[in-house]
Amino acid sequence: MEHYLSLLVRAIFVENMALQMFLGMCTFLAVSKKIETAIGLGIAVTAVQVITVPLNNLVYQFLLKAGALSWLGFPELDLSFLGFICYIGIIAAVVQVMEMFMDKYMPALYNALGVFLPLIAVNCAIMGASLFMVERGYNFPESVVYGMGSGVGWALAIAAMAGIREKLKYSDVPLGLRGLGITFITTGLMSLGFMSFSGLSL
Amino acid sequence: MSSAVKAVLTRPLVTENPITLQILGICSSLAVTTSLNVAIVMCVALTVVTGFSNFFISLVRNYMPSSIRIIIQMAIISALVIAVDQLLQAFAYEISKQLSVFVGLIITNCIVMGRAEAFAMKNPPVISFMDGIGNGLGYSMVLLILASIRELFGSGSLFGMEILPLVANGGWYQPNGLMLLAPSAFFIIGFLIWIVRTKRVEQVEKTEFRLAPHTVQEVAH
Repeated sequence: MEHYLSLLVRAIFVENMALQMFLGMCTFLAVSKKIETAIGLGIAVTAVQVITVPLNNLVYQFLLKAGALSWLGFPELDLSFLGFICYIGIIAAVVQVMEMFMDKYMPALYNALGVFLPLIAVNCAIMGASLFMVERGYNFPESVVYGMGSGVGWALAIAAMAGIREKLKYSDVPLGLRGLGITFITTGLMSLGFMSFSGLSL
Repeated sequence: MSSAVKAVLTRPLVTENPITLQILGICSSLAVTTSLNVAIVMCVALTVVTGFSNFFISLVRNYMPSSIRIIIQMAIISALVIAVDQLLQAFAYEISKQLSVFVGLIITNCIVMGRAEAFAMKNPPVISFMDGIGNGLGYSMVLLILASIRELFGSGSLFGMEILPLVANGGWYQPNGLMLLAPSAFFIIGFLIWIVRTKRVEQVEKTEFRLAPHTVQEVAH
């Protein structure tokens, strides 16, 4: 239990997807103007993350890993080079299914999140979490925890960023730095703040 | 070289730079820039993938139904990235280890998808290929500037060769540790954008709110 808790805290704070690993930056910068939309997107990313990382873990362990196909009679087959195309396919499929499911059963949530779902398919935080999971060799329960943690960490970062930007728009920023420039510098400062978590372990 | 091709190749360098203006492909540009060697490999990989994905997507653009075009684009892009990744593992194993997941993340790099959607879907193959290469070069330029600043001031070297003799080796330069850490990349890109926009004022963004002019209050008597 302690091991999972430690993994969760590490995924949320120490290895924060947006501020320490720089993943999902494009969406992070583009959709952090309003706090409501930022929170909506954060929730959507977390939901997709919790589903896709364990799913990709299963695919990797039972289909792609060297020797994983021995139950089919191909003990020396190694399909791990097909990883990228499988993970992105699964992510795109999950996003599509989620969109249809929400449209049918949770129309209110769909109306709130609908526009972001296609954006999520190409969000590098999602793909990144799956790739890190494979690289670090997490097992199934670990991958559930890691998916959860990385999603929550990203959501936290984008919500905080949106909060800062809502105040920032009233300030008098030097001409060339307006908009994108000052956003980058703010993100840098936030990232510096998150570095204080780096020694944290449970 | 005709002028149209030239324009497509050179415009993304400064005028329409993918990183500083179009906000595309930022993720990887920050993480791989602590040393020049790694950054160069990443630039070559991305430029090649963008060029060829634009080329192939443009070849099949008239045959794909628009409802499933994203999936087709993704399949083409990930096939190219798998090829690049296998090549790197075969011929540059050390660097491919250092790049770790970032080669795979070229698939979700917004430059590749963005240019495929915005340019290759509407233009013939050869010019699309040039557009891909041009945008790859624009990305590479920012990446190389970032990497040379970070490596020079962070570890006093360029391409692993010592330029500023370090204190630890009996020289005079005390390396700036911040440059090797994550946040410095954000600061450098921020300042880079500032420099570009001071030169090219038309890129400055409009603000939603403007400060009211400072007025002296009349003293009522």
